[in-house]
Parts: sequence; structure tokens; C-alpha cells
Amino acid sequence: MSVFTMRLLAGISAALAFLLVFYSFEFPPVDSVQRGYRGLAMEEISNPRVDRAKVRANVLPEAAPPTDKAGQKASSVYTNLKVLGDMDANELLRLMTDMTTWVSPEQGCAYCHDENDLAADRPYTKIVSRRMLEMVRYINGSWKTHVVDTGVTCWACHRGQPVPANVWYADSPRTAQGAAGNLAGQNVASAAGGLTALPVDPFTPFIKDGKEIRVQSGTALPGTSRVSIKQTEWTYSLMMHISKGLGVNCTYCHNSRDFFGWNESTPQRLTAWHGIRLVRDINTQFLEPLTPVFPASRLGPTGDVAKVNCATCHEGVAKPLNGVSMIKDYPVLVGPAPARTASAAPVGAK
Amino acid sequence: MAMLSFERKYRVRGGTLIGGDLFDFWVGPFYVGFFGVTTVFFTFLGTALIIWGAALGPTWNLWQINIAPPDLSYGLALAPLKEGGLWQLITVCALGAFCSWALRQAEIARKLGMGYHIPVAFSFAIFAYVSLVVIRPLLMGAWGHGFPYGIMSHLDWVSNTGYQFLHFHYNPAHMLAITFFFTNALALAMHGSLIVSAANPKAGEVVKGAEQENTIFRDTIGYSIGTLGIHRLGLFLAVSAAFWSAVCIIISGPFWTRGWPEWWSWWLNLPIWR
Repeated sequence: MSVFTMRLLAGISAALAFLLVFYSFEFPPVDSVQRGYRGLAMEEISNPRVDRAKVRANVLPEAAPPTDKAGQKASSVYTNLKVLGDMDANELLRLMTDMTTWVSPEQGCAYCHDENDLAADRPYTKIVSRRMLEMVRYINGSWKTHVVDTGVTCWACHRGQPVPANVWYADSPRTAQGAAGNLAGQNVASAAGGLTALPVDPFTPFIKDGKEIRVQSGTALPGTSRVSIKQTEWTYSLMMHISKGLGVNCTYCHNSRDFFGWNESTPQRLTAWHGIRLVRDINTQFLEPLTPVFPASRLGPTGDVAKVNCATCHEGVAKPLNGVSMIKDYPVLVGPAPARTASAAPVGAK
Repeated sequence: MAMLSFERKYRVRGGTLIGGDLFDFWVGPFYVGFFGVTTVFFTFLGTALIIWGAALGPTWNLWQINIAPPDLSYGLALAPLKEGGLWQLITVCALGAFCSWALRQAEIARKLGMGYHIPVAFSFAIFAYVSLVVIRPLLMGAWGHGFPYGIMSHLDWVSNTGYQFLHFHYNPAHMLAITFFFTNALALAMHGSLIVSAANPKAGEVVKGAEQENTIFRDTIGYSIGTLGIHRLGLFLAVSAAFWSAVCIIISGPFWTRGWPEWWSWWLNLPIWR
């Protein structure tokens, strides 16, 4: 090979490498939002050209046209109504039409109803959707700390798909290579952990089992703290998931010089604190108890039910659907507020 | 001020870059020159503005004094003095002082008939500073993206700016910069220990020279870069460390708005193993 050929080949590979690196980046101009005192660098930075996909993913479906009231309760017209019996009969039909748009636009009513007997408790999706209606009412009524008056409907998570795009199952145990193949649940590009080498499953401990997300020592020296690096990385993995799911960075909630200090955090951190407890509540109170209802094909590799995390509803934006409220048209989807008690104050908030 | 007998030989007037022989003299050991005057001017003015900013602030605690850039809402405009304008003036003074210092180095090198390696090397440090407070803010559209002047406050800025990109250690240019900084420290430690071991023998022993210096590295690792080569390497490592530090902050924001770990998805998506 002549020197010229070698130089030519080297030049071509260098040009290819340069192009690969060049096009892996974004380009200005970018947008930025200041969230702290000037110069503190608590900022959200975004690129409107990158965010176009997020904007498309967060539009509302067309609602069914409003109907005249029938003047009769749905329960006096239809049978076997356990959640929606008190609403107007015509509005029930409208809600059913909207729910089809929200959850099963291609499959239609038959996705959750026996078309020969709409009142029958089959197929299994009927049982699930009834429980999901109870869940939506519970979220909108009891979790205003997180969903405020914006609230959620089926669309918030389903976005026109029977199974929401972002759900999680417990990982199947990785034992193919014996002890040598034991990665201790980390050290691979973790989708949950934002493609880092952090633990791949931050969901089971924190938004199912309810482990504390509290690893920082409150004192200058660790003292008696027994928190390990692994536990710390686990919490970081969850935080990466929250960042990715909400399309925000760490400084959206935290001043990084004092991650745990509530007095230096943004108000959004409190909303997120309630959100973590909300998904825990959904996973343990509503989804896991439904496990026996689902057919095996809908369950994960270890036989667990599909569960929610922050991305299920947020879909990459800090306010799902960019904060547009749907529930004002559907008052039936707002359940009763719980009685206020002293314990409603956040436990452990410093 | 005492002067060594041969120093007088190098204290020759002429060869200035600007100002003819206006400031072409020495004060004690220091060459003054036009750029010495501008350095002193910008340094004293900038320091005075910092002290004024500290006086306006809530504390005289040296660790906590903070002179912050303007709010992002001011964009690339001038801000009122108490709301970031001081930071802008101090930045101008710092740029004036740093550039004057580099030009003074160049002027002295020119008077001595030497190469411009020193000012060129120092300009990489200036480039790193300019990247932080000029280039990146310009690209992002607001002076408020610059770092605040204060011991603790600039560290808070560094920490938060890192966490804006979730995990800054995944920034490819930051990886290069860190590698160059550590390699630079390694090379300096190896070179420094080598020179001291050869040139500072026990009383009564002769000073060892390049023969021994080369041989000890050839014996241990099979290669010695040589007496001139080690200094070329040192310059390259140090300048590269500063250069990639500048690149790593310029690309954070203007050329990447997401978490740095996500940038590596091109690697995870290479067709070889996707």
C-alpha cells in the first residue's frame, strides 16, 4: 500500500469520525430558564428543536362533543354500574366514548366489553378498567398534593394505547453465567438510570417497596450512618429516572450543594416528593392487587403486573400534557377528598 | 534591589510591541512596559470593584463574598451595577488584566529574542476563562450563564452546572480534560523526581546528567523521551488540559442540553451490537 493510499484512508476515516462526533451534538440557539438566585446555575436548559418530539407526544385528543343531559341517573338506565352509577346516563355514554379514544381507539368498545352483554364483567379488561376508574377518582380526589386541580384522566398515561408506553416490570434474574455473570443489578447501560452504569432497577425498592430515598448524612462526618455506596447509587438511579421522565435536570428540584436540604430546594421538590408516594400508592394499592386478573401474556418475566413510574404519565415533560387540564369536563373522575388530618403533612420533611 | 552581574546584559531597551520607549524600563526586578501598566490598571480597578461589590453584599466573610452575574432576563444587555453590572465590569477588568499579562509576556520574550511559547501557553488558560464568561454566555444568549465571583459561590455554580447535565463525568471533553490533568501531574512528578534525583546529589558526589536520566527510564520502561522532549510533552499535556476544559464547558448547553450520559447513545446504538 502506497503512502498516498494510507494517507487517503487515514484522511477518510478521520473525516468520518469527525462527522460522527459532529452530528452527535445539538446546536445553538438554546432556551434557558433561571430557577434560583442569579449566578447559582439552577437552570433548565432545553433545545426547542430537540423538544419537538415531546411536544407532539403531549397533545390532547379530541373530546367527544358535549351531550344534552338525559335527566336520568346512569344506574337507572344501565345495570352493573359500580363506580359511575350516579352520573347522568347520557354523560356516561360520552365518557365511555372518550375512554375508548383514550385507551383502545383501534380495538373499540369490545376491548373492555362483551359486545353481546355490555353489563357483563368480562373480558378481564372490564375488571381492570373499573379498578382504573376508581384509581383515577382516587388520584384526583386524594392526591391534589401532586396532581393539583389539573388532575389526570386515562389519557394521561394511556395516550391511545391499551398498555401505556412507559410501564415497568421486575427484571428477570441474570444468572446465565453463574456467579461471574452477577452484575449486582448494575454496570450495564441502565435505561432507567439514564444510560448510566447505575443500578438498572430503582423502581422495586423505591416506588414499590417504599424504601427511604435518604442517603445523605445530616452531619459533616457520617457518624453512625450505615448507608452504602450501592444504596446511594440506587437513589441516584431513581433520580436519573425522574429527570428523564420529566425532561428536567437535578437543579429543577435541588440546589446541588445541599441535596437534602428542603430550605434550599425549589417548591417543585415537594410536588415530586408527593409524586413518589403517589406512584408507590398506585403500584401497591391498585396495580399489584390486579395481578391475578391479568392473563400471563400481560405479566412480566417474573410474573408481576405492569407498574407505573414517573415517565408513565409525564412522558418527558415536567407537567404532563404541558399542564393542560382535562378533568374540568369530567367531574365524575374526581373522587371525594380525604378527611384532613394532622398526619397529612409530609412525614420526614425537614 | 540587588542585580546579578549578568542581568544587566538582558536589560536592554527597545523591541517593545506598543508605546515605543514610553514604559520601557524596570522597577526593581520587574519589567514595566505598556502592558505592565495596563495589567496594573485593570487589576487595581477590578479588585476595587470586587471590594465595592463585597461592601454592597451581606457579608465580609472571605469565603462567602459573592459577586453574581445578572439574571438571565437581562440577556446580553448591560445590567444595573447592583444587579450584575458590577460582575460585567469586573469581567472586563479580568479580561483586560489577563490579556495584558499575556502581551507583557510576549513583549519580554520579544525583547529577549525568544519564542512566544510562554504567552501562547498562558493564552490557553485565558481561553478557558473566556469560554466560561464570554463564549458560552454569548452562545446561550445571556451573561447570566457566567460563573459568580466568590470562593464558595463559584463552587456552587460548578456543582449546579454539572448537575444541569445530570452526570458531568459522562461529558466526553471533560473526560479528555481530566485525563490530561492527571497525565500532566504524572509527567511532572516523573520529571521533577528525575531531575532532583540527578541534579541534587549528596555532598561530595558529582551531579548526574542526561546520560543517567535517560538510562533510568530506558531501564525501567524501555524508553526515555529525552531532555527536550519531556518539556514538549509537558507543554502539550498542560495546554491540552486547559483546552479540553474550555471545550467541555462550551459544549455543555450550546451544543448539548440533555444529560451527558444520554450523549453516549450513539455508542450504544452502533450497528455492531445494537
